[in-house]
Amino acid sequence: MSANVNKWRTVMTMPASRRVGMVKRVAKTITALWVAIALTAAPAFADTKPATVVIDNFSFSPAQLSVAAGSTVTWENHDDMPHTIVDDATPREFKSAPLDSGDHFSQTFTKPGTYKYFCSIHPHMTGTIVVK
Amino acid sequence: MPDLDKKILPPEPLTEHGARRRTALTCMAWAGAGMLWTMNGGVPGSKLISGTAEAAEVNRHAFSFVQISDSHIGFNKDPNVDPAGTLKEAVDKIRTSAEKPKFIIHTGDISHLSKPDEFDTATQIIQSAGLDVHYVPGEHDVLVDDGGSYFERFAKPADPKWYSFDQGGVHFIGLTNVLDLRGGGLGFLGDEQLTWLKKDLQGRTSSTPIVVFAHIPLWSLYPQWGWGTDDSAQALSMMKRFGSVTVLNGHVHQVAQKVEGEISFYSALSTAFPQPAPGTAAGPGPMEVPADTLRKMLGVRSVNYIPGKADLAVVDTRLSA
Repeated sequence: MSANVNKWRTVMTMPASRRVGMVKRVAKTITALWVAIALTAAPAFADTKPATVVIDNFSFSPAQLSVAAGSTVTWENHDDMPHTIVDDATPREFKSAPLDSGDHFSQTFTKPGTYKYFCSIHPHMTGTIVVK
Repeated sequence: MPDLDKKILPPEPLTEHGARRRTALTCMAWAGAGMLWTMNGGVPGSKLISGTAEAAEVNRHAFSFVQISDSHIGFNKDPNVDPAGTLKEAVDKIRTSAEKPKFIIHTGDISHLSKPDEFDTATQIIQSAGLDVHYVPGEHDVLVDDGGSYFERFAKPADPKWYSFDQGGVHFIGLTNVLDLRGGGLGFLGDEQLTWLKKDLQGRTSSTPIVVFAHIPLWSLYPQWGWGTDDSAQALSMMKRFGSVTVLNGHVHQVAQKVEGEISFYSALSTAFPQPAPGTAAGPGPMEVPADTLRKMLGVRSVNYIPGKADLAVVDTRLSA
């Protein structure tokens, strides 16, 4: 952020009209940076915003997803073939109906833990939800 | 498909015996053109069946059956929005063929989404062939209720989930490898079925020709895409003592073959849509092909058994040339 700080100093010595424009630009840059930071850091600062796993070409993406306790994860099937989302634990905590193309399934995770799941139709398809 | 052949053949050096068998398999392409290639004790040869007494005797006991697979009734996307139409074309080919087959086997994925109306449409079309049909389920047929809607229609009363029967001296075994699948795994037979299989094979002479059929390959065709069965080695080891074992499967929607000892494996075409060759796409699934190419990638399979021949002649016929 040091470059922005230097810019700011320069801005303060400018004429008022130029200063306003520059302030806006810098403010935009800072906002953009914060958005970028927030996006890239999302897994580290997991919150309870909805999270999505996409099914494409017989695989879950992302294959591993971290969310905060209380989050709802939604799976979307983008394949032309049906898939399921099945908890790979005994006893099973969640199991979706077969999802045809374009269907989705949501599950809210209240308890922290590592949840492995798979597609019961194509069991080589596996994924993990880490709840913190 | 030279690339595909290369992938499926095991990497270890071929034995003299195995090499001869594989050469024979490449010759089988000719069978579709009218030449019947048969195998006797590992030596390939073409048999001219004429008016001799020996030929008449062979003819009397020889029979053929048909395999259809992966009809996916209910699928409605590219490259085939009308799989009922292409299934009908396939069944018409069987119905009008010069040689009347004894029966049909369907190696699963009859339906796309296990829906009752999908099963009903499929059976109506298939029954128009006027032949007995022996079904095994695909994963698309058992999507709900542990396969309840499949089994209530197609299960044999005596052996609800898997079964065997005899025809013309050949022992046929229909296996189910799409139930109770495990996370990270492949197709699955399970201990209950393996125990049944062991009992079913017990007491049969090693000279009995065996034909096994199941939906997912019982060989490791491409495990990265789920094209294999976790515990198939246990089933196959029970069959090693038999001199003639033919294993037929569906699931992969393309012709693929492999010979391992006395066991020959064949994957069949679908009647609905093709899938990519192993590893040639980001994943398995319907392969989008031009409308005028689709029927060249769908088809039916005729399997001919001639007494005394260890290998059955397998002929795949496409819906259009």
